[in-house]
Amino acid sequence: MIFNINKIRKDFPALQQEVYKKPLVYLDNAATTQKPQAVIDRIVKYNTYENSNIHRGVHYLSQKATDAYEQARIFIKEYINTAESHEIIFTKGTTESINIIASSFGKKFLKKDDEIIISTMEHHSNLVPWQQVCIENRAHLKVIPINEKGELLIDEFKKLLNEKTKFVALTHISNALGTINPVKEIIEMAHKFDVPVLIDGAQGIPHLKIDVQNLDCDFYCFSGHKVFAPMGSGVLYGKEKWLEKLPPFQFGGEMVENVTFEKTTFNELPFKFEAGTPNVESILGLETALRYISEIGIENIADYENDLLNYATKELTKIDGLRIIGTAEKKASVISFLIGNIHPYDAGTIIDRMGVAVRTGHHCAQPVLDWFDIPGTIRASFAFYNTKDEVDRLVEAVLQAKKMLE
Amino acid sequence: MTIPEIENQLESEFQYFEDWMDKYNYLIEMGKSLPLIDPKLKIQSNLISGCQSRVWLHAAYENGKIIFKADSDAVITKGIISLLIRVLSNQKPDDILNAKLEFIDKIDLKEHLSPTRSNGLLSMIKQMKLYALAFKTKYQ
Repeated sequence: MIFNINKIRKDFPALQQEVYKKPLVYLDNAATTQKPQAVIDRIVKYNTYENSNIHRGVHYLSQKATDAYEQARIFIKEYINTAESHEIIFTKGTTESINIIASSFGKKFLKKDDEIIISTMEHHSNLVPWQQVCIENRAHLKVIPINEKGELLIDEFKKLLNEKTKFVALTHISNALGTINPVKEIIEMAHKFDVPVLIDGAQGIPHLKIDVQNLDCDFYCFSGHKVFAPMGSGVLYGKEKWLEKLPPFQFGGEMVENVTFEKTTFNELPFKFEAGTPNVESILGLETALRYISEIGIENIADYENDLLNYATKELTKIDGLRIIGTAEKKASVISFLIGNIHPYDAGTIIDRMGVAVRTGHHCAQPVLDWFDIPGTIRASFAFYNTKDEVDRLVEAVLQAKKMLE
Repeated sequence: MTIPEIENQLESEFQYFEDWMDKYNYLIEMGKSLPLIDPKLKIQSNLISGCQSRVWLHAAYENGKIIFKADSDAVITKGIISLLIRVLSNQKPDDILNAKLEFIDKIDLKEHLSPTRSNGLLSMIKQMKLYALAFKTKYQ
């Protein structure tokens, strides 16, 4: 398929709006993405004609909803190439996916003085669950350092790995810096010590082709809303051998096999980890969003976004006093920056009034900003529906902020 | 002047701004020019941490009135602080507790007091009212 940006933009109703009487330029895609009409239609169709509780009823509608839900699982299995469809657990998002593993792994396998490795650039949601599980079990959190460009120091990671290491949790792409981490290499190194690896793919899934068997990761987590699907949908991929070994995270309906007042036996995978009624409409929306991406082609998307990133980097760098935070060799279309000594909040306020949506603050990744010794950044994050004209609007807005605030 | 009088005064001042840029230029100027707080008072116990910007607030009780001093690391936040100080400082605890601060809405700066902004301003107003309650209980 030819990458037709005009056609693509028309698929996203949210992009057709004006804010402050100017066409909206939406550059906060690392926070959440807009939904194509197909996804919106899918949710409406489900609620109009298919709504029913799944896996429970023998009636027609329940069967229809269950089929659609399980079809979504099979599609996502193929999309990220898992070995089995029951290795796909539906969750409400990356945060829940990580919490399931941190809690279940901690409960079963973590002992005093064990070590868990994360990196300096983790989002709080791939940091705090591990930190807390370490505190509970009197284990230790070890942190892979980074260089000035915002790249992991692989040699330092090697030094951190030892027989006490029980788990590695790492982000695929940094939400604050845009760095694409060499996760395959890290997984291979960890596996030499028989250490399982979880990849936080919240930022990976919208930008990269994900093949979990090729990566050989033990767990991969992502959120629907960062990949053009509804909020409240998420995926936890886990290798069968691990998911079988881990205890359930939540208890309730659906995840049980046999219940008496004395004891309960748990359902098989994936249902063991899917307690309660799931967010069916959002999961169906997620399937539709990933089908939409497949039609355009993730490689085409990656090429287009890379071009946009290079253009934006070039144009922003021309601005006197503008400093980009995160200049890794391998980057996704995320640019964090500061303008001279201007506070990100002030700049963000003016940029917003110019009709450009960017994120300001610490992006839920305080430790990495502490490392750079800055309170926050202004972050522009691009999706495949953004254009070079929109980059120009960003530049214009930044210049306006600079003029007013310097 | 009473709190409602100052609020009215601010509303009429802001009427003269033709567009958002004039208004923000004014806030930025206010933010830049005013030395709001003694650096000695910029201490942890006076800090109100927002996710986006930081605010320091200090309160003292003098002759039945509360004197507020505040500051922020972000200049637009500081500009809005200067408006809040103008309205609420040097007032009696009861008047501070009863202040509705409707001027914020009328001069169209409400978005800065939204919880999503998390810039410390909303927490600052809460803290100012808590000071008013505390001083009222202690001295009256």
